[in-house]
Amino acid sequence: MTVGNTTTQRSADATGTGATVEIDEVAVRFRTKKKDVTALRDVSLRIEPGEFVAIVGASGCGKSTLLKLVSGLLRPSSGQVRLHGEDVRGPRRDIGYIFQRAALLEWRTARRNILLQAEMRGMPKAQARQRVDELIAMTGLTGFEDAYPNELSGGMQQRVALCRALLHRPPVLLMDEPFGALDALTREQMNVELRRIWRETGTTVLLVTHSIAEAVYLANRVIVMTPRPGTVAEVIDVDLPVERDYGQTMSAPEFARATGRIRDLLGATTTAE
Amino acid sequence: MAAQSTIEQRERTAPAGATASATRRPGGAGAGLLRFARNTWRPAAVLVAILLVWWMVTAADLVKPYLVPSPGTTLDVVLAQPGYFAHHTWITTYETVLGFAIAIVVGVLSAVVMVYSPTVEKSLYPLLLFAQVIPKIAIAPLFIVWLGFGLSPKVVVAVLMAFFPIVISTVTGMKSIDPEMLQLSATMGAGPAQTFRKIRFPAALPHLFAGLKVAATMAVTGAVVGEFVGANEGLGYVILQANGNLDTPTLFAGLIIMSLLGVVLFVVVELLEYLVLPWHASRRTDSATTTL
Repeated sequence: MTVGNTTTQRSADATGTGATVEIDEVAVRFRTKKKDVTALRDVSLRIEPGEFVAIVGASGCGKSTLLKLVSGLLRPSSGQVRLHGEDVRGPRRDIGYIFQRAALLEWRTARRNILLQAEMRGMPKAQARQRVDELIAMTGLTGFEDAYPNELSGGMQQRVALCRALLHRPPVLLMDEPFGALDALTREQMNVELRRIWRETGTTVLLVTHSIAEAVYLANRVIVMTPRPGTVAEVIDVDLPVERDYGQTMSAPEFARATGRIRDLLGATTTAE
Repeated sequence: MAAQSTIEQRERTAPAGATASATRRPGGAGAGLLRFARNTWRPAAVLVAILLVWWMVTAADLVKPYLVPSPGTTLDVVLAQPGYFAHHTWITTYETVLGFAIAIVVGVLSAVVMVYSPTVEKSLYPLLLFAQVIPKIAIAPLFIVWLGFGLSPKVVVAVLMAFFPIVISTVTGMKSIDPEMLQLSATMGAGPAQTFRKIRFPAALPHLFAGLKVAATMAVTGAVVGEFVGANEGLGYVILQANGNLDTPTLFAGLIIMSLLGVVLFVVVELLEYLVLPWHASRRTDSATTTL
């Protein structure tokens, strides 16, 4: 709740808009050899500091494209993307990015994989090392610091990726199906931990997922997208308490309502195809 | 008893990381050397068997001694003139290693340029291919004309032979990097130099070493091809001379030393690979570790 939040507030105050992420009537078109493909059209979103927002939708609806826009890895064909009130023009350094595959360097131990973030940013060594210790303890990696990626399970690898993404205390965390490759049980565990880590750090999170349950359990708002060309079908506010026990949440009436509504939307959009 | 052993087996084959495997990691230089030694005894045994067959064939007088000399005669030839063989071996070694070293520098550098500039890659690739498919034995005389009778034409042929596998493997290695890793690097604010040093180059090393192993053997061939065309020293010269005099023991000795030279260079590269890439070698199964 400390540094992440103050950074967010500081930049928000400076511009006066307040929102962490603003997407204004964005469209993305890819040009392939045969034809132009519209991946996204008419997408407008506003994400407040400290929010946890999940994005769900059918495969290929441009969910990942949306994250790439926010990170600056991709430029929109039209429309505007702003991060802390600033136009996103190139890759942003003030974010943490997590992919479905952990994307770890196999010649580095867990600890040194996390430290890559610090090395690239030229962070002071002592400070970085202390931060790594904190993160390792927070994500339950203790005892695995010196293991190489091929010695770690998928869940552990993803924890390393999470530590790496959080090392520089980014005000915004972008997660692209981070738990998609994990087994159901590990996935639930990771969900609970991510929820706890989000509450501890106060980071704004954008999570792309295929799992409706995961989206509703974790997020305050769920953005449901239509298939290609992707656009926002509906934004669902999740009216669950801040303190979310996994089992209790699963059986809560509000959980059933939200997941049901999302399922309807996704079903409706797929049958309409 | 049986049930217990299956459980043990399952534990052993379970994906690492399920248990705290950090402590029993088979890594580090010492472990690499040990693994290397464990994998060398089999090829060594085969070699001994071949020597034995050779010796038996000649001892039983199955072939005329002037066609196939016995291992003993061949060894005697070497022992009779150790200085002669040492000198010519040194010359060929020098040409080979120098050619190999130049091929590494030029090969890796061109690969880097090709990966970072598609234009250069497109324009250079056909030229590379051309340089590769042209028979070296056919252009070697040209180098003699250009560069004279000294060591340089041999080094040039060695470079030409070794260069191609190094370029191809390095380009492949640097392109095989996960694109997400590069995107991640961009969000870390890393410049091209940092991304190259910390991500792209290390990721290319396994491929590079595969290319180096092929190139090492090619370099020996290149040096000897150069000597065949025109030389007054080196193992290629020794073999040509012995051939002209129908001196099969010297011919055999030259051939064996030459092969040993290639094998030694190959083993040195493989040893380096074990030391530089313990993370990669440790993931292989024992049977697939060496081509020796």
